Amino acid sequence: MNNPLLTVENLVKYFPIRVGFFQRRIGKVRAVDGVSFDIKNCEIFGLIGESGSGKSTVGKTLVRIYKPTGGAVWFKGRDVTKSTKENLRFFKKEVQMVFQDPKSSLNPRRSIKSTLEDPLIVHRIAQNGRDRERIIGNLLQMVELSPNYMYKYPSALSGGQRQRVAIARALAVKPSFIVLDEPTSALDVSVQAKIIHLLQGLQREFHLSYLFISHDLSLVRTIARRTAVMYLGRIYEIAPTEKLFTSPLHPYTRTLISAVPVISKEEQEAKPMKQSRGGEIPSPVNPPNGCAFHPRCSLADKICSQQLPEIVEVIRGHFVRCHHVSFNMPSVKQ
Amino acid sequence: MKNKQKVLSSVNSEFTTTQWMVLKDKIGRAWYRFRRNSISITGGSMVLLVILLAILAPYVTPYPQHAGAFTDFLNAFQTPSKSHWFGTDEIGRDLFTRVIFGYRISLMLAVIVLGISVPLGVILGLTAGYFGGRIETIIMRTTDVFLALPPLVMALAICAAFTPTIERAMLAIASIWWTWHCRLVHGITRSIKTEEFVQASWVIGDSHFRIIFKDILPNCMSAIIVKTTLDVGFVILIGAGLSFLGLGTQPPKSDLGTMISYGAQYLPTKWWTTVFPSFAILFLILGFNLLGDGLRDMLDVETEGI
Amino acid sequence: MGNKYILEIRDLHVHFRVYEGISRVIDGISLYIAKGERVGLAGETGCGKTVTMKTVMGMLKIPPAIIPCGEVYLNGRDILKMSPKELLQIKGTEISVIFQDPMNALNPVFTVGEQFYDVIRFAQQRFSNGGNLFRERIRNKMIAALKEVILPDPERIANSYPLELSGGMRQRVLIAMALVNNPKLLIADEPGTALDVTIQAQILNLMTKLVEVKGISILIITHNLGVIKETTERVYIMYGGKVMETAPTNVLFRNPKHPYSQGLLSSVPRLTGGEIAEGIPGTVPDYITAPSGCRFHPRCNYAMPICAQKEPPLTMLESDHYVACYLYAKQGGQNE
Repeated sequence: MNNPLLTVENLVKYFPIRVGFFQRRIGKVRAVDGVSFDIKNCEIFGLIGESGSGKSTVGKTLVRIYKPTGGAVWFKGRDVTKSTKENLRFFKKEVQMVFQDPKSSLNPRRSIKSTLEDPLIVHRIAQNGRDRERIIGNLLQMVELSPNYMYKYPSALSGGQRQRVAIARALAVKPSFIVLDEPTSALDVSVQAKIIHLLQGLQREFHLSYLFISHDLSLVRTIARRTAVMYLGRIYEIAPTEKLFTSPLHPYTRTLISAVPVISKEEQEAKPMKQSRGGEIPSPVNPPNGCAFHPRCSLADKICSQQLPEIVEVIRGHFVRCHHVSFNMPSVKQ
Repeated sequence: MKNKQKVLSSVNSEFTTTQWMVLKDKIGRAWYRFRRNSISITGGSMVLLVILLAILAPYVTPYPQHAGAFTDFLNAFQTPSKSHWFGTDEIGRDLFTRVIFGYRISLMLAVIVLGISVPLGVILGLTAGYFGGRIETIIMRTTDVFLALPPLVMALAICAAFTPTIERAMLAIASIWWTWHCRLVHGITRSIKTEEFVQASWVIGDSHFRIIFKDILPNCMSAIIVKTTLDVGFVILIGAGLSFLGLGTQPPKSDLGTMISYGAQYLPTKWWTTVFPSFAILFLILGFNLLGDGLRDMLDVETEGI
Repeated sequence: MGNKYILEIRDLHVHFRVYEGISRVIDGISLYIAKGERVGLAGETGCGKTVTMKTVMGMLKIPPAIIPCGEVYLNGRDILKMSPKELLQIKGTEISVIFQDPMNALNPVFTVGEQFYDVIRFAQQRFSNGGNLFRERIRNKMIAALKEVILPDPERIANSYPLELSGGMRQRVLIAMALVNNPKLLIADEPGTALDVTIQAQILNLMTKLVEVKGISILIITHNLGVIKETTERVYIMYGGKVMETAPTNVLFRNPKHPYSQGLLSSVPRLTGGEIAEGIPGTVPDYITAPSGCRFHPRCNYAMPICAQKEPPLTMLESDHYVACYLYAKQGGQNE
């Protein structure tokens, strides 16, 4: 099956800024400003970026926590941006999400059993209470927790254990695609390693696809097959992960990779040269004109501040949004 | 793989607890925090004492028949003595008995008023906070209007407009009291709504109803419990105030406020007719306030876990 | 001894009284920081590094905390024996902290300038030789400090509220506030973790440069090993309330000896890709019923019978490289 599982076409999400007694709109936060990519079956797709890049918003809009302002999302051939009831029910069984902060993604007042029962009850997966308990026990074992944990409350669990419960919750409906929004950022590195291995194991066993959102570049390098780089609401580079890290083309990607604190000399030497002039990340309320990176870019030209570059496939499978790169490297004809 | 087995086996051996043991642990911890706090113990004991006395009133009071229609003018205005601990009132009824029966009325008042206003306020608050938009505006602006009216004055107005009875007084207070709970729950709901576990429930596909009652309401419970406990004092005070002004219970029923009202004319000579009912109210309200404070200390920590 | 070390922690024990009993969080650690040295304290959640930091800062609430024994010498004086008044004298002046989250460390209802003013004035009041510094002089001092952290337009920053500044700028302000009173020791709690990677790189660079120039010692407390590698000269690896290994940073990262350090370093994802190790089996110990002997032994792949019986002593491998592990102990243990 070469058809992609998920296709995102020009996704846009703006948040209005309202002030005053009558809630007048005085502007909008351009969280996601035209993002397109696709994810194949059984693929782990990485999405990296810093704060304000919109990567979390992309994830949350995909699972319909937010309604998209524009653009289209195709899942298994269906247009899911049309929010019919039929569509939504189908979608929620197929697409799930694991959130970043294990402290806040589980309701502190509900036992683990109650939290895990929710998807089973809503989607009528089990016949009765005893059946549910059995399934919950299975889910917990799948994430390497003892079934006895179901009677506990989140406050009795460590961060890593809570995150396992969150993963179990996502798996309860037997989805085919999971959005993981910084699933290990709040965890210690040794716990993170275990969770990553768990996620990889589950992906292989259940043939899942992941959208893995993270700001930890080394982590994404380890597990994603293809990766996209976001900055201020747009994607600026997409490539197979290895190519992205060994020969990054976009100046922002190079800057990003060069800034990662590493622990070995080999990694330090493998870093590209940064191509930025320092400075702060602008706010998504007022993004710069043209290419959003131009105020910080060492290659910036006049054209960069006037015209947003198109995203162009310069090598097979490697897409870049940059005037200078497209100028130096002609696009690949399909 | 060997490590995986090692992990699973270590995990299984650590936790052979069952649901019952987890529950026992939770209760044990709560009780530990509760009894560490002398305030809550004091308040709790006071409240418990009053409730027991009120429930067992006919059995613990020396002259239960004095609570209703009874006259014994020969024994009127007896000073506190061994046979009448609080003395007698102007008709000769034993004050101690009447105070205990008066507790019955006060507590009943609180139960009915809060029993109506709290659920009403909570449901409106949850609805307004969760759905937002126009629903929220309608509910909250209405709440604002009601909050602008002082409860006692409103109750007075309603009672004075119709023939005053204790039932009307309770309804009057309830008709305003829901607003405080509505506002409280609305605020909490709005902040909980943005939490990730609510978003997670959306992603699962929970209906709004389920999310409100299973996700949001449990997080409001501690605030509601504390506020309700502290409210009891206020409600009783207002009820007593209404009775004091003659708008509540009518004689021969004994209500603490009415007793104070009748006894006030005989101050300072026949002081016991006023002082004991007043202390009775003070004792009850103080008990509930201390209990409420203690509960708040205990419940606030609960979410963090120890 | 003497004044060679700016900070000297000797056999510190810190326990807490809780519902279940006594939680022996820190059960004997020793740590030394020389003048002008950059030292890292690395460990994961629950290892006790935050408690250590609070003890050094004098921020522990004494009940429920108990310090049964141990000494903490700051410039030769034992902090644990100081009265609250003496402690107040050294906080902010001899020892300074940069807290983790720049969002929360600044008070949102006061401008940066007003908060800065408090910091400087508070220090001045304690040293009578300062006398009454006029507002003017304090302001000059503040602007100079802000310039040092490379903040453009310090005047405008001083008049801004924290919410008007970006995360990176707030962090720079915090650094400036920490350094303005010329402390001898700076403690940085998870520096840059709340910031983006590109901004974090700038901040760490700035911090290391400034402390080098001023000759200040710095203690960096973090779980991020990359940060440790890029900013410190020597590192202590902490686990279960004890020091497992300590060595110069480059030496330890190239060749970790303790099984915990090895497990930790192999779990870090590499920028050059490749599989990461499977992590370390098991979970952080319970401090109330702590494991006997070596606190890491239940999770250690190399555990020997003696590990459960007696705590391993800190063995010296080379100069300045110490490991607390029976794999390397020359006496009192068996070597495979």
